[in-house]
Amino acid sequence: MKIVVAIKQVPNRDAPVRIAAGGKWIDESDLEWAMNEPDAHALEEALQLKEQHGGEVIVVSAGPERVAATIREALAKGADRGLHIVSDDLGARDALGVARLLAAVIKPENPDLVLTGLQSEDLGLGQTGVILAELLGLPHATLILHVEKTDAGLKVKRELEEGWFQSIDMSLPALLTMQSGGNKLRYATLMGIKRAKSKEMRAVSAAELGIELAPVVTLEQISAPKKQKSTQILSGSAKEAAAALVEKLKTEARVL
Amino acid sequence: MSFFLVLEERGGHIERVSWEALAAAHRLAPAGEITAVAIGAETAALAAEAAHKPLGKVVRVEHPLLAPYTSDGFSAALYQLFQSQSPTQWVVLPHTYQVRDYAPALACRMGQVLIGDVTGIEDGPVFTRQLLQGRLSGSYRHRGNGPCFVSVQAGAFRAEALNAHANAGPAPIEIFTPALDPAQIRTRPSEPFRESAQTVDLGSAQRIVSVGRGIKAAENLPLVAALAQALGAELAASRPICDNGWLPLERQVGSSGHTVAPRLYLAVGISGAIQHLVGMKGSACIVAINKDPDAPIFEVADYGIVGDLFEVVPALTEAVKAG
Ligand SMILES: Cc1cc2nc3c(=O)[nH]c(=O)nc-3n(C[C@H](O)[C@H](O)[C@H](O)COP(=O)(O)OP(=O)(O)OC[C@H]3O[C@@H](n4cnc5c(N)ncnc54)[C@H](O)[C@@H]3O)c2cc1C
Repeated sequence: MKIVVAIKQVPNRDAPVRIAAGGKWIDESDLEWAMNEPDAHALEEALQLKEQHGGEVIVVSAGPERVAATIREALAKGADRGLHIVSDDLGARDALGVARLLAAVIKPENPDLVLTGLQSEDLGLGQTGVILAELLGLPHATLILHVEKTDAGLKVKRELEEGWFQSIDMSLPALLTMQSGGNKLRYATLMGIKRAKSKEMRAVSAAELGIELAPVVTLEQISAPKKQKSTQILSGSAKEAAAALVEKLKTEARVL
Repeated sequence: MSFFLVLEERGGHIERVSWEALAAAHRLAPAGEITAVAIGAETAALAAEAAHKPLGKVVRVEHPLLAPYTSDGFSAALYQLFQSQSPTQWVVLPHTYQVRDYAPALACRMGQVLIGDVTGIEDGPVFTRQLLQGRLSGSYRHRGNGPCFVSVQAGAFRAEALNAHANAGPAPIEIFTPALDPAQIRTRPSEPFRESAQTVDLGSAQRIVSVGRGIKAAENLPLVAALAQALGAELAASRPICDNGWLPLERQVGSSGHTVAPRLYLAVGISGAIQHLVGMKGSACIVAINKDPDAPIFEVADYGIVGDLFEVVPALTEAVKAG
C-alpha cells in the first residue's frame, strides 16, 4: 500500500502562549513546536499498515522552514520520504486553501490511502482531511481509531459520541482522519534518526503550486476567552490552599 | 435568499443541539425566513416535531439511501437541495460528529468553507470559535457572496430562548426528493456498538475526582485515588488517561465518554478542552487544581488552586481527612 500521511506542526501543548502585537495570532518567537497529536497517531497507523502489508509511507506537511524538523521526526520513526510545502503565509489561508496545497502534491502520488489527524491542536478546524477527500475525489471516514485491510479494501473503526463505535467498510483509494489514542506511538530510535538524514525530503514552495490565496473565511482577531464563572482562587502554600478549599467546600458550597 | 438549518436526528427525535443551532440562527435572520431541513429515509415525524418551533418552513429531504447516515449520501442530497433553491445565503448546523464528517466536504463542493464549532455570534456577523484547545478564542468573518456555512457548538446557545417566540401555528412542510444512486455511496457503515464494560455508574456519583495528563505517569495515580477515597468520590479521568490504558474507558468523562453532573467535580491536572467540559460542566460545584493559571478549566471552575498537583493533592487529602 502506498500511504500518504498529512501532518501539521503545532505549538507544543505545554508551551505558554501569548497574543502577538496586533492581536491576529500568537507570538511565535520563542515557542517550542511538536507534531500534532492526532497526526502522530495517523503516522503510527500508516507505519503499522506498512509493516503488515508492505508499501511506502510518505509524509506531507505545509508550513515555514521549521516544519522540516517535524517531517524529519516522521522519517526517523520510519516514514520513507517527505514532502515539504514551504509556505510562510499558511495562517492567511483558510482550510480550503491549505487543503488545495496538500491536494496539489498528493494527487500526482496516486496513493492508495491518505491519512490525516482529525483536527489540529492549534486551529482545531477539523476540516482539512474531509476537504482534501472532496478535492481528491476519494471516499472518506472520520474519527477513525483502527484500520484493517480487507480483500475489498478497508474495514475501519469509527468513534461515535458517548462511548459508541461503528465499523465502516470502504474500498481503496480512500482518505481517513485519525483520532488520538487508537494505537501506541513509537519513539524514534537512534538508528532511525541516523537513517532519516539520508531519506528523501523534497521541498516545493506554495507559490510554485500556483494556488492563489483567496480565503472565504478569515481569522480577524484572537483574544483571551471570556470567563463563564468567577473562580475563587485559593492561594498560599499547598497546605494553606488545601485547608482553605476544604473550608469553602464545607461551609460555602456545602458539598462535604 | 434561502436560509437553511439542518436538523440532526438521534433515536427518532431531533437532537437538542439542533434547537440550540436554531437559537443561533435567530441571531442571523428573522425566524420566519428560516427553513429547517429534516433529512433521512423517514422524516415525517421529525418534520412534524420541527414545525412547532419558531421557523418559517420545514423541508423533508427524504430518500431510502439516506439511512444509515453516510457522508456521500448526505452531501449529495443537501447539495441538490441548496442548488435547487439558490441563492442559498446561510446554512446553519449543529456541530456534531456527523456534521464534522460531511459538512466540510459539502461546503467545499459549493466553493465554501465551514465556520465550525462556533460559540458566539456578534454583529457583523463575527463568529467566535475556540483556538488552541480553548486557551484562546478567535473571531472569524465570511468573505464573498456564496452561502455561509456555520456549525454551532453544543451548549453555546440556549434552546430555552426559543420558547419566548410565539408561533401562529405549525410551519408548512414541503418534501424534496434528491436523486441518489447506490453507486454514489462509497462507504458501508455498521450498526453502532459499545465495548466498555459498565461496572461503575459515574452518572449517579455525588462526588467525582477526575485526573488528567498532568499526573504524568500511571505510577502516580494512587495519589489521586487516595484523595478520591478520602472524599468518598468516584475516580474518573480525561481521555488521554483512558487512551493510555491507565484507567478503563468506562471512567472517561467527556464527549466520547460519560456526561456527569455530580455535586462536586474535582479536576486534577486537566486542561479543560471543550470535549472534556461538555461532559462535566453541569456539575454543581467544580474545583480545579492546575499549575497553569490560564488553563481553560478555570473558566468553568467555582474554586481553583493554581499549583503543582504533586504538592496540592497530598495536602488536600490530609486536609479532608483532618476535617
Ligand atoms: C472528537 C474528540 C473527542 C474527544 N473526547 C474526549 C472526551 O470524551 N474526554 C476528554 O477528556 N477528552 C476528549 N477529547 C480530547 C480533548 O480534546 C483533550 O485533548 C483532552 O481532554 C486533554 O486531556 P487533559 O486535560 O488531561 O490533558 P492536557 O490538555 O495535556 O492537560 C494537562 C493539564 O495538566 C496541567 N498540569 C501538568 N502538570 C501539572 C502539575 N504538575 N500540576 C498541576 N497541573 C499540571 C497542565 O497545565 C494542563 O492544563 C476529545 C477530542 C476529540 C477531538
